[in-house]
Amino acid sequence: MSSARREAGLLPARPDPARARERVLVGLALPALLLLGVVFVWPLLRLLSMSVADGSLAQFEKATLDELYVAVLWDSMEIAALVTVICLALAYPVAAWLVQAGRIGFLLGMFFLLLPFWTSVLVRTYAWMVLLGRNGVVNRTLRDWGWIEFPLPLLHNLTGVLIGIVHVMLPYMVFPIYAALLRIDPDLQRAAEGLGAPAWRSFLRIILPLSLPGVFAGCALVFVITLGFFITPALLGGGHVMMIAMLIEQQVREFLDWPFAAALATVLLAATLVIYAALSRLTGGQGHAAR
Amino acid sequence: MDLTVRGAVKRFGAVTALAGVDLDVAEGELLTILGPSGSGKTTLLKVVAGFEVPDEGSVQLGSVDVTLAPPRARDVGMVFQNYALFPHLTVAQNVAFPLEMRRVPKAERQSRVAEALALVELSGYEARLPRQLSGGQQQRVALARSIVFNPRLLLLDEPFGALDRKLREAMQLEVRRLQRRLKLTTLFITHDQEEALILSDRIAVMNAGRLEQVGTPSEVYARPATRFVADFVGESNLFDGIAGPDATAEVPGLGRLFLAAQAGTPGARVTLLLRPEALRIGGAADPLANRAAGQVVETVFLGLSVKLRIQPEGGPELLVRLPLRPSEPPPALEGEIVTVGFAPEDVHVIRQA
Repeated sequence: MSSARREAGLLPARPDPARARERVLVGLALPALLLLGVVFVWPLLRLLSMSVADGSLAQFEKATLDELYVAVLWDSMEIAALVTVICLALAYPVAAWLVQAGRIGFLLGMFFLLLPFWTSVLVRTYAWMVLLGRNGVVNRTLRDWGWIEFPLPLLHNLTGVLIGIVHVMLPYMVFPIYAALLRIDPDLQRAAEGLGAPAWRSFLRIILPLSLPGVFAGCALVFVITLGFFITPALLGGGHVMMIAMLIEQQVREFLDWPFAAALATVLLAATLVIYAALSRLTGGQGHAAR
Repeated sequence: MDLTVRGAVKRFGAVTALAGVDLDVAEGELLTILGPSGSGKTTLLKVVAGFEVPDEGSVQLGSVDVTLAPPRARDVGMVFQNYALFPHLTVAQNVAFPLEMRRVPKAERQSRVAEALALVELSGYEARLPRQLSGGQQQRVALARSIVFNPRLLLLDEPFGALDRKLREAMQLEVRRLQRRLKLTTLFITHDQEEALILSDRIAVMNAGRLEQVGTPSEVYARPATRFVADFVGESNLFDGIAGPDATAEVPGLGRLFLAAQAGTPGARVTLLLRPEALRIGGAADPLANRAAGQVVETVFLGLSVKLRIQPEGGPELLVRLPLRPSEPPPALEGEIVTVGFAPEDVHVIRQA
């Protein structure tokens, strides 16, 4: 009754604490949003406009139809997919171990994960060059042990690039999976065991499905970030591996072809968004089930 | 199937959770492990379920020693405190889980799931997810899941704690009915003495890793073996005294009390238990052999009854519980001096070790 009269302007409006809180929060978030708008969204729009500056879609035609460039995009996706799969295979056991590890084990595991995480990618990439070269630590050790006769080709090829990127991306896979596993009530595992499930069956039927949101989140992160990788493939690939970020850089630096570089960047962004949207749909479908 | 625990000891570092527990649960019996938190009752449950291996002692189901058997090999159904329903599986899939693990053919699985859900009155909820159910319904699902495979033993780990009072009482009776109907040997863990008294065939009172007493609810209530049991189960007046000659005992502040039988060799230290409902006040106290005068310190109205705290001069405070009809006025007012009395046969003697 009184609320109807208030809406009709017959009673003074009462302060609404929820609305007031919302206004304060918007105010606090504004600086960061402005910064992103000025240094990210605006340049991004400029980039987009640059790719269609001549009023035609010719640049996009070249970027999406010319076999040479499409091949680079496909290679990038293939590498990103390979890295994602390798990271997943390596990271899941680590995450599972971290969840049940004691204090010391947990700290140790975190240390091993975070130390490289906090080290510059450039430094790590150069370190890999030292390790993986023809006369690098890895090849020399294997030869000293008599396991191999000739040095393995570990650098300046796909293998080197994969090793380098996987190393950088591993924490991005471990942490989301770890977080998902941590949310699973340990009693569920016990319940499954008590109801007659051997460890592998309770894993497949209970733990794995419940950790899928973390798996998807990790995969999305790793895939998307890898797709735009530049330093690692440039240095460890030795010119034999071309990823799309390198192609864009080449167009800008060597050919000064800004419109085409802009078109390539837009294609990369679009591909990234599509894949991300697809993966988060999967995640969204599972996200509720985990809770 | 009957359960036998012999000399179970379990230590966690410096903490001894089980300090030598012997327990027999007969086939079809519902035995409650009652104890405060930290008494070791959960550890005992885990040892029986197979989640912990005891450092010493053995666990037997029927004639089979299962001390070292993994949980999945024990055929024990368990309802967890938080139900531990699989959140991504439907009600039917949850209940079917133990059958699936036992490779029961699909058709039989379906009929047994339907049967179990009918038992807990949840037919029609097959396709729901656990989070779409109320607390009480979730508990029924957990119960159905733990009995659907005809377990040799049912374990209930404080399953009613999360429910509100009315629902809790309804579920308690339902579990009891189901357990009797299926003749399931059941081990029930709780810290709620009222719940233990309502549900159990027998109660094992646990404290500091040991069983203090195992007996029927009325035995445990009326004739507690130790001071701890007397104090933990129900409300009590406990007095330390000295056994006197001819069925009497001397209690500081109350003087000589008359008992129904000899308390022990004269001069021995004894603990006397007097339940609050055994006491009478005013005229009703006059014919009783043990009497004292005291001031009413507090009255608490409880609906069915009224609780009084009465302080005899120089003696221990007495807790009195008197039945109350709705039309009756309160039996005494705060500050009033009243006579309080009790009969010799209502005093239970706990001999001190």
